Amino acid sequence: MATVELTFSALPAHVRTARLVATAIARRTGVAEALLDEVRLAVGEACSRAVEAHRVHCPGEPIRIEIRDDSGRFEVTVTDSAPNDDIQSSTGTANGLVAAGTSADWMFGIVPEMPGLGIAVIAGLADDVEVSPGPTGVRIRMSWPAATPNGVPAR
Amino acid sequence: MDLKLDHRTEDRLTIVEVEGEIDVYTAPRLRELLIDLVNKGNFHLLVNMEKVDFLDSTGLGVLVGGLKRVRAHDGSLELVCTQERILKIFRITGLTKVFGIYASVDEAKEAHGRDK
Repeated sequence: MATVELTFSALPAHVRTARLVATAIARRTGVAEALLDEVRLAVGEACSRAVEAHRVHCPGEPIRIEIRDDSGRFEVTVTDSAPNDDIQSSTGTANGLVAAGTSADWMFGIVPEMPGLGIAVIAGLADDVEVSPGPTGVRIRMSWPAATPNGVPAR
Repeated sequence: MDLKLDHRTEDRLTIVEVEGEIDVYTAPRLRELLIDLVNKGNFHLLVNMEKVDFLDSTGLGVLVGGLKRVRAHDGSLELVCTQERILKIFRITGLTKVFGIYASVDEAKEAHGRDK
């Protein structure tokens, strides 16, 4: 069962609120302090991507976040309602997605839109990421180890 | 925290002081400043990120866009950053190989002076 569900309008100003909420719940759930910055950045990236997609395709539709902590892990799922054409379905850990080149030419080539960079950053931060693109939107699920019931970190 | 921007020019090097959070909401202001500086002939930029609390890929895009603009004028855009949580996103994206990253403004100014 989701611990917290949040929907927000596709406005850039709300992304900060979303990442602050997620970080606060992560802290309460017992995610290690060293990982909180990663949670904050990854959730922010997922929400930023969703906001940008909604602003192009469906600015009136809300973006949905589900935050769960009932499986021994802190799990965040960000779901948008915008059709997508910039990412591939993928599951796995960080390095599997951050495989693009690192030359300036590569980076300059993607600057105008930077498609997929936010996803790459998420993959580099969360140790468990699942990106599920569909015809009616993209779902990004990511998780981190949370404290076990006795307060001992899971890893 | 909002984004605070300031800039000054010292010996042909324009130092941009950035404080706060650079994200999808605030990054457009940094983009506008960098574009404005380049349009006014400032082609050697040093962005001091020591007081940046948060940086996401939108902010990275703005910095890369700025680098692209100054390079079109044979200029440079380099960074001052020692915060591990900020450096991490540069490493993840491979941008440590694209930007010159210094530990202090003085160190960057010294390197800039050697390159002139």
